Amino acid sequence: MLLEAENLSKHFAGLAAVSNVSLHVKEGEILAIVGPNGAGKSVLFGLISGLLRPTSGHIRMQDKEITGWKPHRIAHQGIARTFQTTALFDQLRVVDNLAIGYRQRTAGGFWSTLLHTRRWEEDKNRTTAKVMKILSFIGLAEKALHFVSNLSQAEQKRLSIGVALISEPKMILLDEPTGGLILEDTDQITDLIRKIHEVAGVTVCLIEHKMRMVMGLADRMIVLNFGSVIAEGTPAEISQNPKVIEAYLGEEHLA
Amino acid sequence: MGIKLLREKWIYVLLLVLALALPLLVTNRYHFQIIIMGCLFSIATLSMNLILGYTGQASLAHAGFFGLGAYALAIMTKSGLSFWLALPLSGLFAALIGFLIGLPTLRTRGSYFAISTMCFGVIVSLVAGNWMEVTGGFNGIVGVPVPNPIPIPLIGEISFQTQGAQYYLVLAFLLLTLLVMHRLVHSLLGLSFMAIRNNEVLAEAVGVHTFAGKVLSFVVANFFAGLAGGIYASLMGNISPGTASLDLTFNWLVFLLLGGVATLSGPIVGAFVIPVLMEYLQFLAEYRMIIFGVLLIVVIIYFPRGFMGAFTTLQERVRAVYGRRKEAVKGVARS
Repeated sequence: MLLEAENLSKHFAGLAAVSNVSLHVKEGEILAIVGPNGAGKSVLFGLISGLLRPTSGHIRMQDKEITGWKPHRIAHQGIARTFQTTALFDQLRVVDNLAIGYRQRTAGGFWSTLLHTRRWEEDKNRTTAKVMKILSFIGLAEKALHFVSNLSQAEQKRLSIGVALISEPKMILLDEPTGGLILEDTDQITDLIRKIHEVAGVTVCLIEHKMRMVMGLADRMIVLNFGSVIAEGTPAEISQNPKVIEAYLGEEHLA
Repeated sequence: MGIKLLREKWIYVLLLVLALALPLLVTNRYHFQIIIMGCLFSIATLSMNLILGYTGQASLAHAGFFGLGAYALAIMTKSGLSFWLALPLSGLFAALIGFLIGLPTLRTRGSYFAISTMCFGVIVSLVAGNWMEVTGGFNGIVGVPVPNPIPIPLIGEISFQTQGAQYYLVLAFLLLTLLVMHRLVHSLLGLSFMAIRNNEVLAEAVGVHTFAGKVLSFVVANFFAGLAGGIYASLMGNISPGTASLDLTFNWLVFLLLGGVATLSGPIVGAFVIPVLMEYLQFLAEYRMIIFGVLLIVVIIYFPRGFMGAFTTLQERVRAVYGRRKEAVKGVARS
């Protein structure tokens, strides 16, 4: 088991955003977390990535207890994430964004940076090579020296996935990777997610609203409603589950 | 190698030659003094730029650390220690205090950090003004010796009694500061500082230890503030609580904002151009401040990274639009 969450709860001033959620992520799968707005999906990602501290419950990554760890330590454990509102370093260039994403794989401290040690040199070359590789992987090689603000919405989404991917994570958490994109761009992102899964061999866990896209992509789905898991299973099972149809799929399935 | 250097960086080589030849060009003692102070304040402003400009944490304790370095050096050299030993020690002293102050204050953000560091700066000058036995109170410390001569076999020695020698001393330390800042800023470490400035939550999420980064940046900045303070004490010969005053911090802040936040040339441009401008506008007396007030507002609104920042941004934008993939490889290698 790659990641396990046990009885996770998060309360905001007494209001339960996530209550008693237990789930696991298997190595090598694509897991989709779906649910209506306010179901607690993003809060769940916040808990797993360490941005939020759970009120109660445990999170284990490869049998290691990571509950309550700082986000940067969790990132070092191999969990990378993107944010719902695309988060990038918008004062910096595309290549710089990726280089920062790779920072955790380099060791250059103050003295090696100051003295330009051989290790610093190696880190720099390794980073350059890795950045170039990821640039072509996410299809942004032509925009390498552009500032983030000069990129389209779809390009920014791709870059944010690249920033998460470059750290060579074991698992990547994608929070609505196609949110706000038109159909054509959505397909490109879907292809990119498949590539991350198949070519890079990274376990994917994503939050998504576009049901048709998720059904075709995910190996397994978890449905949240009002902060609790109401269903779990393959896309086929989920689409037949009466509780899910009632809570979330209703209209779309009737249509 | 030499020719390539000349072709690509001719402007820097020219500036360096100019800087080295400066004592031959400037004959007026008063002007020379302004230039020496310009170099000294460039060191202070450059180091302030590291924490404020690149790391995005607005420390207003900078003159406080400058003062700590100045007092440390004055006390050490007056008790007989060599300047060349006391100087790094005064930088380290400022860095150590910076570390201890940074641990609590760097946990606050934005204006809270600015206010808490400003308080520390005020405390330093208050302590300097009242701790009679050590700091000499409001009279300060007088008779701080000039740097000890450096013996050179066969030729004799370099003494620091003349303005020329003092100028080369501060110039050497300015170049050292510039080298350190250049290496830090153009590195993965420097990028992680900028990541903290730009988006702390994302920086954490991609694995940057943001708190450690902020502490490191603060400590290095304060080391150089202390170093600049130490040189100041030795060259001026006397220091007072005013050496650590808030006014000085705000002067450097203005140099930084007008010259260019988060650029390497901006702090130096600011530290030279603004005092010179002040001199030329002497006839306007206090009305000068109106001009600077308007200038500051215009720059902050229209050129958030100062004059040099506006210049480099324009340059980078042009390069980004016309740049090709080959240049991208070079671009990554440079960062």
